[in-house]
Amino acid sequence: MDDELATQSQITAEIRAAHADYAAGREAGAPAETRTRTDFPPYRSSVLRHPTKDPRHVDPEIIELWSPAFGHSDVAPIEADLTAQHTGEPLGERIVVTGKLLDGEGRPVRRQLIELWQANAGGRYIHKRDRHPAPLDPNFTGTGRLITDDDGTYRFTTIKPGAYPWKNHDNAWRPAHIHFSVFGDSFTQRLITQMYFPGDPLFPLDPIYNSMVDDAARERLVAAYDHDLTSPEWSLGYRWDIVLTGSKATWFERSGEE
Amino acid sequence: MTSQPTPGQTVGPFFHYSLPYDDGPELVGPYDARAVTLHGYLYDGHGDPVPDGLIEIWQVGEAGTVVQETGSLRRDHRTFTGFGRAQTDADGHFRFFTVIPGIDPKRPDVAPFIAVVVLARGLLDKLHTRIYLPGYADLNAADPLLTSLDPAERDTLTATEDGEGSLRHDLRLQGENETVFLAFG
Repeated sequence: MDDELATQSQITAEIRAAHADYAAGREAGAPAETRTRTDFPPYRSSVLRHPTKDPRHVDPEIIELWSPAFGHSDVAPIEADLTAQHTGEPLGERIVVTGKLLDGEGRPVRRQLIELWQANAGGRYIHKRDRHPAPLDPNFTGTGRLITDDDGTYRFTTIKPGAYPWKNHDNAWRPAHIHFSVFGDSFTQRLITQMYFPGDPLFPLDPIYNSMVDDAARERLVAAYDHDLTSPEWSLGYRWDIVLTGSKATWFERSGEE
Repeated sequence: MTSQPTPGQTVGPFFHYSLPYDDGPELVGPYDARAVTLHGYLYDGHGDPVPDGLIEIWQVGEAGTVVQETGSLRRDHRTFTGFGRAQTDADGHFRFFTVIPGIDPKRPDVAPFIAVVVLARGLLDKLHTRIYLPGYADLNAADPLLTSLDPAERDTLTATEDGEGSLRHDLRLQGENETVFLAFG
């Protein structure tokens, strides 16, 4: 790796070029890319950490068509409220984040595990390697867990995270985001992603957000502000549905056809 | 009605307060009579260890059938749930204690394997792979995926014994002996 950090304008130019190449390819008839590119050089750490060979296509075996079972013995209800894990109130803007966990056919994914983690309102993680000189909040750890209910709904109460600096390039700042870890009905659906907040001015500057070169794919990671979820004198509300690839039922139908 | 999937994103560098948990790598206790160690290193394209990776495994038990027991996150040290999660350490090393997956009695000709998901800072989306077992040489020799690969690729999907009750399996994100990663369907 070169020692000299790129400037923001260099990174932005690389992002724009990748997106323009993709748009030109689409004009010429190339298929849409619904997924994140693992080879996305503006995110410098990805250069040596992405596979160079195409993945091998295989039919999932039975173990891959199931997920681990998580239940209420694994998760306590309080873990869904990140503002209630300490004796005092955390600082920042209290929010509710809710939505549905769905499979590719729009069916709810019931009783599966969602985990999340995030920075505090000042943009700092409770992590020994986070050296950003923003305050740690003694009343906020920033991790939560729940099991989706019978219609696939999840609901977390938390604090809106702040943007934070990182060392990808000079003056690099991540847009505010919440990390989500999700299991589906089959292990093939395992997903780790990030939810972003609408209207963030850092979007065009961030190489991780822009590693989805398709505009619609990027927008699928942005929650919607929902005033109906907002509680008077208590919290703001965001809605974000998570859609997993395919489903176990799809595979069973397909294998039945063959 | 089909919907487009939510894209994945990197796990980032700060997952350690959320995803790793006590006993995550212990599908069975390390002193369980059945326990085998499954360990290895996660490497980048320079052959350097990846110290901020997360490896998850999911497998059948010794009976060869899918387990649907809860309790992976709060283990009681008796129930085998089939799921494990381990972070890599400063040397890029990960380690699980588990059992050798058994042959499904209804499908005795299918080679057992351990399903794996790899996550890391710098890796923008999860990767799937499999770990086949050296003790099932005959079944592996007939496995449709393994036989479709050249010998070097096949080796990236098969653990090696490195001591009694110990299996080693390294994962390489890129470069020479790059692990074969999988897409389904």
